[in-house]
Amino acid sequence: MAFQNQKSNVRGNRLIIKGGKIVNDDQSFYADVYVEDGTIKQIGEKLIVPSCVKMVDAYGQLVIPGGVDANTNLHTPQRGMHPADDFYQGTRAALSGGTTTIMDHVLVEPGTSLLTAFNQWRETADQKACCDFSLHLDITRWHEGLCEELETLIKDQGVNSFLFFMAYKDKYQSSDSQLYEAFGVLRDLGAIAQVHAENGDIIDEEQKKLLFLGITGPEGHVLSHPEEVETEAVYRAVTIAKQANCPLYVTKVMSKSAADVIAKARKKGIVVYGEPITASLATDGSHYWSKDWATAAAFVMSPPLNRDPSTPQYLTSLLACGDLQVTSSAQASFSTAQKAVGKDDFTLIPEGTNGIEERMSVVWDRAVTTGKMDENEFVAVTSTNASKLFNIYPRKGRIAVGSDADIVIWNPKETRTVSAKTHNLTVEVNILEGLELRGVASVVISGGQVVLEDGKLNVAKGSGHFIPRKGFPDAVYKRIRARSKMAEARGVPRGNYDGPVHDVISMTTSVPPTPTTRGTTCPKTQASLRNLHQSGFTLAGSVHERGTHTCICRILMCFYNLSRLSIYASCVKGALFLLTTRG
Amino acid sequence: MSDCRRQWNREDELPVYLAGPIPTGQNLRKTYGMFSSVEGAFESKTIDFDQYAVGRRGSRTPRSGSRERVLDAGDPVGKTSSEGREGSPTDSHGETDDVRPGVVVTQSSAKESPDGESGRLLIKGGRVVNDDQSLYADVYIEDGLIKQVGENLSVPGGVKVIEANGRMVIPGGVDVNTCLMKPHLGAQPADGFLQGTRAALAGGTTMIIDHVSPEPGQSLLEAFECWQEAADKKACCDYSLHVDIPQWNETVKDELELLVQDKGINSFQVYMAYKDVYQLSDSELYEALSFLKQLGAVVLVHAENGDLVAQEQRKILRMGITGPEGHPLSRPEELEAEAVFRAITLGNRVNCPMYITKVMSKSAADTIAQARRKGSVVFGEAITASLVTDGSHYWSKNWAKAAAHVTSPPLSPDPTTPDHLNTLLACGDLQVVGSAHCAYSPSQKAIGREDFTLIPEGTNGVEERMGFVWDRAVAMGKMDENQFVAVTSTNAAKIFNLYPRKGRIAPGSDADVVIWDPDSSKTITAKLQQSTSEYNIFEGLECRGGPALVLSQGRVVYEEGELQAQQGAGQFIPRKHFPDYAYQRVKSRNQAQSKQGVTRGLYDGPVCDVVPTPKYITPSPSARTSPTSHQPQPIRNLHQSSFSLSGAQSDDYIPRRSGHRVVAPPGGRSNITSLG
Repeated sequence: MAFQNQKSNVRGNRLIIKGGKIVNDDQSFYADVYVEDGTIKQIGEKLIVPSCVKMVDAYGQLVIPGGVDANTNLHTPQRGMHPADDFYQGTRAALSGGTTTIMDHVLVEPGTSLLTAFNQWRETADQKACCDFSLHLDITRWHEGLCEELETLIKDQGVNSFLFFMAYKDKYQSSDSQLYEAFGVLRDLGAIAQVHAENGDIIDEEQKKLLFLGITGPEGHVLSHPEEVETEAVYRAVTIAKQANCPLYVTKVMSKSAADVIAKARKKGIVVYGEPITASLATDGSHYWSKDWATAAAFVMSPPLNRDPSTPQYLTSLLACGDLQVTSSAQASFSTAQKAVGKDDFTLIPEGTNGIEERMSVVWDRAVTTGKMDENEFVAVTSTNASKLFNIYPRKGRIAVGSDADIVIWNPKETRTVSAKTHNLTVEVNILEGLELRGVASVVISGGQVVLEDGKLNVAKGSGHFIPRKGFPDAVYKRIRARSKMAEARGVPRGNYDGPVHDVISMTTSVPPTPTTRGTTCPKTQASLRNLHQSGFTLAGSVHERGTHTCICRILMCFYNLSRLSIYASCVKGALFLLTTRG
Repeated sequence: MSDCRRQWNREDELPVYLAGPIPTGQNLRKTYGMFSSVEGAFESKTIDFDQYAVGRRGSRTPRSGSRERVLDAGDPVGKTSSEGREGSPTDSHGETDDVRPGVVVTQSSAKESPDGESGRLLIKGGRVVNDDQSLYADVYIEDGLIKQVGENLSVPGGVKVIEANGRMVIPGGVDVNTCLMKPHLGAQPADGFLQGTRAALAGGTTMIIDHVSPEPGQSLLEAFECWQEAADKKACCDYSLHVDIPQWNETVKDELELLVQDKGINSFQVYMAYKDVYQLSDSELYEALSFLKQLGAVVLVHAENGDLVAQEQRKILRMGITGPEGHPLSRPEELEAEAVFRAITLGNRVNCPMYITKVMSKSAADTIAQARRKGSVVFGEAITASLVTDGSHYWSKNWAKAAAHVTSPPLSPDPTTPDHLNTLLACGDLQVVGSAHCAYSPSQKAIGREDFTLIPEGTNGVEERMGFVWDRAVAMGKMDENQFVAVTSTNAAKIFNLYPRKGRIAPGSDADVVIWDPDSSKTITAKLQQSTSEYNIFEGLECRGGPALVLSQGRVVYEEGELQAQQGAGQFIPRKHFPDYAYQRVKSRNQAQSKQGVTRGLYDGPVCDVVPTPKYITPSPSARTSPTSHQPQPIRNLHQSSFSLSGAQSDDYIPRRSGHRVVAPPGGRSNITSLG
């Protein structure tokens, strides 16, 4: 508690931002902003404010809501290694780039409890994060037992988004059935499903093939993760989400065709959102063929950067027209030494690139200065949309009275050159090295505190707050709710069929379907629960019933619900009873 | 050439690897040679219709002048034909004649004999329509083969002459998707090979490719032989077989190789639906595709997302919907389109030609069209039902009617679907029309009267196929007659390597010829059909266009409504692997797409130590199995756990794989990194 108090003390600051042009996602206007106690208290001209207020001069610059980065991995270990940039360095870099809220991914290793992992992440972040943060949960092994934990997380812990992997076969991958079930549960609880969309089965095969061919360098990564594989998974995820009527958020849209699939699905009315990242907006995958191993390896991430050099422009255009909605960084930086774990085998290279610091500038440079986007849309894709989707709007993502005082003073005229020497991360390689970006955050205010001014970062470790997010975000769930009501399928009332019914004779040749090497042991073992019913049949097993028995087997195979089964059972038992009494 | 013919007939006696390749191989070369000589045949020649008007005799007399020349030149022809007279009946019926002393045979030969030499036929005054061009020409047939195409042909006397009277002479239809023996819960379809092929012939289809559907665990070879035996006894028209792959493992590989090399099978079907029965996971599909590509086979895909179908079925049953309307509700269009997309992606990755069976919805068809535009080697097959009717009937109050429409993927409830599919067929985005004929009687369908998931799947359509393509596409002006021939026979023959033996009217091709009457019109009804199924899903629809006369193997089997099919006359047509039509592009892509690594110096910087964290030992069972709601407690593998020797673990509910799949680079992997 003392910790909390200390934080609020720090926030008891008063600020006035003068002369700037306030830019929200819907409009821009000239006004001053008065900040007190970490929230925005007044907006307008000629404000009446107490004396001795720190004044921030914003003449000629834009006053925008602090950026919201909806995808970071600052604590996610890969092969036991934690990223080089943890919550402290990561959020520090975020603030220096104008991002004041991050949403980090909690990777729940298979077999561990969701709550445990969540608490661990939260504790770490509470101690280290310099800006406000929120958490997504990555569910690596779905089973129905997770429902309770999910409910707790959503209702009590303020997590409303969960990521599923369609890749990383035999490790994190979820099957279509699992996704469908999970999406159904998430819909009922009011959460947003996120997917890492790549077809893990194909990737696995391609990796084997490439290693067999003797390709072990980082170029093998992009060769084994072809664009189509991403596109296919996006298409499948969209289909599943449509069937389950669950909102879907596709993380890391890296290729044109995947973006197209999302755009098309949206045109058909499916509730789906797409997130390009800093790297996919700023650079392409040609670097995987770099002669310098360290450079090539630094670009390794999944889905990989696309080799097509026109991809960044294309994604920017889709972002500008609203087909893609959110930009994030997918920050997960590993040092060259860590990447070198995979120096002899590209499948072992830890995946992830930097981008948390450059995100806002990249969007400004690529979209706004080129005329694809206006300043309001810039605000929308860098903060407002993400806040709306994940239900922290209007607390974040808007400059309005009552909102958090996460404010960035944006200087559109200034430029800066990205370099690993000057960036605020610890990694040695910056994938955007040498890029000149127009548009720079000149002043950053996080929680009412000026953390960046005159190029100087002044952050306090552990000053970030956890931002809980409620279920059923309006921006997403209004449509979903209405559709749930509409989508009731109805049967046709018919008279009973009274015609002849063909006898099902179980032929000796027809082998009951026995999944042999397919690893489909689950249906079998599931059936074991219903042993009572099954054995009831076999005990009664006269010749007459063999056909029905195969029927039942088929039913068990498809694991229908118990009630139907028991109806069947009682029918057959009744018939048997009649027979035996007659006999 | 007749030698050649007899080799096909008696292929059982030959070493099989000889029997397979020969027919298409030799014919192919001869055909082009002979066909080119005919090319000049249609210039500056006209057909003398007056002579035809006099009658058969009149038409023969003017030719008598040139007869000596023919006899001189055609001496060997005469010889073989006399051989053929004795030989061909026994040959064509094969061993089956011994079993059933031929009642049917005598009938038909009695009918043919008054006309003169059996096996010799001249179709006069027709317009020969192939997929590339139409021309007025006569067709001379001998010994079950087309010998000459052209005008003013010199033919021996005493041939039976068929007057086409300006009607179209087209290659007999090739129906590449029938299931005449596919059992459902032990029930055989109402139409077996006999009834099915009879119906096919009555509709102008002279060749079918049937699906061999082994159960999981059953040997593919045994199933194949079982099917072949049944078909040899019963089929009235030539047939070939696809083999369905119900599961993927090492034994299947050996059998596939045998089937391709020795048995003349070049197409195999894999399933993306029927979860826990036939469904293959993406990994298995990838492996299967890679393997089949090496064998040079065409992969047929039943494209539906089986995982989601199973989930939806559960949901719908839970809602209390048990009638046939549950079938389309549980298999929405998106699931088909998604699986088609995935299948094409897999095909692209493996670089293997894909053939999507039963394209039933607009979005699935569009997916195929788009993929073709991007250069994928993929073929799409519309079926009779999807071209003619829609899924509104599933909501019919009449249970039997609703159930008769049950097929997978289901007919799309969108009433504009048939029109859209016809359009795509006409413009070449879809290539083939099949029938997916798999007719169960209402009483068989009634197995699922209380649970739609048990209704046997399949509709009729083999008989109506050609007629409806004409009615819906050609008569509507979407398609011309050449395209009609392409989609009903030529394309299929090319994809499955039957061309030009089937699917073309050219010298050397099989004498499977249909005289098509575009003006005839009939109303489809179950009462008048050849199929034995009691319910016809096209009941009451009017259909313009139909066969006036059908020749199968050079014999008239259907004429003006009368069918004279001969049980067991159909022969198995072996198909060679690596069909050019599908594989030429694949081969050159193989060469173009070799992947190369980057040559770099060795990385000599620092390498982070990987802390040996013994993580979850538990890769999930191959990814696409059922959700893990109630996982059993697996037996703990003592070797894998170094921590506790007994007792429940926190991760016990996670299934354990018996074997790890270890990706090892050539030369092995260093110890430190292998723990991840």
